[in-house]
Amino acid sequence: MKGLLLELWLPVIAVALWLAISASSKSPFFPPLQTILTKAVKVWITDSRLTSDLVPSLLNLLMGYGIAVLAGVLIGTALGLMPMVLEAIEPELEFLRAVPAVAILPIAIIAMGLGDDMRIAVIAFGAVWPVLLNTIAGIRALDPVVKDMSTAFSLSAATRLFVVRLPSAAPQIFAGARTALSIAVVLIVVSEMTGAHRGVGYFILAAQRNYAITDMWTGMLVLGILGYLLNLAFRILEGRLLHWHPSYRTQNQSRGKVVSPKTALSQQATTGAVTL
Amino acid sequence: MNQTKATRPIGIEAVSTSNSTNEAAIVKAAKTESRDSVNAVIEAVNLGHSYNTSVGSAEILGSVEFSVLPGEFVCIVGPSGVGKTTLLRCLSGLQQPTAGHVAVDGIPLAGPSTAISLVFQDYSRSLLPWLSVIDNVTLPLKGRVSKGERRARAEKALREVGLREASNRYPWQLSGGMQQRVAIARALVFEPRVMLMDEPFASVDAQTRETLEDLVLRIREDQGQAVVLITHDIDEAIYLADRVIVLGGRPANVRANLSIPLGSSRTQLQTKARPEFAELRAHVHRLIGG
Repeated sequence: MKGLLLELWLPVIAVALWLAISASSKSPFFPPLQTILTKAVKVWITDSRLTSDLVPSLLNLLMGYGIAVLAGVLIGTALGLMPMVLEAIEPELEFLRAVPAVAILPIAIIAMGLGDDMRIAVIAFGAVWPVLLNTIAGIRALDPVVKDMSTAFSLSAATRLFVVRLPSAAPQIFAGARTALSIAVVLIVVSEMTGAHRGVGYFILAAQRNYAITDMWTGMLVLGILGYLLNLAFRILEGRLLHWHPSYRTQNQSRGKVVSPKTALSQQATTGAVTL
Repeated sequence: MNQTKATRPIGIEAVSTSNSTNEAAIVKAAKTESRDSVNAVIEAVNLGHSYNTSVGSAEILGSVEFSVLPGEFVCIVGPSGVGKTTLLRCLSGLQQPTAGHVAVDGIPLAGPSTAISLVFQDYSRSLLPWLSVIDNVTLPLKGRVSKGERRARAEKALREVGLREASNRYPWQLSGGMQQRVAIARALVFEPRVMLMDEPFASVDAQTRETLEDLVLRIREDQGQAVVLITHDIDEAIYLADRVIVLGGRPANVRANLSIPLGSSRTQLQTKARPEFAELRAHVHRLIGG
């Protein structure tokens, strides 16, 4: 309860301020929040754009993100276990990682057309890097004592991988996956701004081009809420799976309690430029 | 070339010239070392180890030689940095010695063996925090025996260390002493012939340490496996051991191999108060300090 209050006080104040300050706004570009909210209910709920635009966006996002996480963990684990191979292909990895995912959009459109496949591929390409690099780092960072223990007890290869290596890398993998999630949200929007006929990104751009500024604002609001909810879901999952990790430990309490995101694993996230 | 600087022989003879005649008698008794390596469960044969560094090779172990009989409790003492951990890594098969070999039941050891199990110093790192206590203990048996058997053996081992009720908790929910007991239980599930312990009580408080020392003595009594325990604590070594091996020098060699004639039933208060204990303690102290 205390945690909830701590988390909510700033958003509540910010929204209240926004409401108060924007109430008398005459600017066509910055309509009052009240107007935006009324319009949002009409557009997204009454006109059911939630199902016609948000759901397709969400499905593409989850597909692309799912592929990114799966590929990142699989390839990252393999590379983490094979330092020679990793060394050999590291420059190529760094090169690919440095290519902004947005920059591959044109070639993706030419190669794959304007369908959902293209959008999913772009999301997967952009979101895979933090997962991949964190998985490599996590797999390689096995505590030497744990390594000795695995050797001394002659654990089988499968046990070493699934019971020792992967769980020990999990905190870092999760930190990467969290960064990847926000990249995926950005990419779904960007990818829908070109050649799409539905989706939240498409809706925002279309509204802007038709000078339906209030509609545009509602799209941004929906995206913000989507991002927040995705992150929340992620944190709950993370809290359950990493309940043993020092940042989630609660000596005698129930498992999977969600702690403040700042004290959680976010500080372990890949640092450095996030390339989009 | 090592011989010249390494061996400043603080042998038993040198010490027995000291003023205490009583001490000399004990030392003489201690000197009678059992050399029937035929029956040894684990032995170090001319064991040497050097590391290659950028400035040349650093010789850690000279030519270490000793043997441990089945069921025997041997403590290896020596100043820190002498190479105790390198020795233990060689004994456990984690590391191949660069000279000589380790033999288990007379057969040279090529790598980790299920006849040997290891208790690490740092329980907080050697136990896996994502596994419950029981899962940590069954880990070494994974893929070797059936699930039911794994559980049965783990529960037996946990009962042996007095942690039967904690099986579904996580290591980090337990105190340091309890965590080290879990590590001991994990080392017992193999029913090993030899349990190797690397400074196992170095990171627990004095009270817990005594409890754990007695626990290990009792386990040895119950299960009859040999124990090789590495420590820098002379009192601990003498209290626990049937035999104390003193390592010293650079590269390290066995400086003394002393039987500890303190009988088989020992208690913290009485055993440590015995005059023989004090004399052995002073003796080992000089061997290490010298």
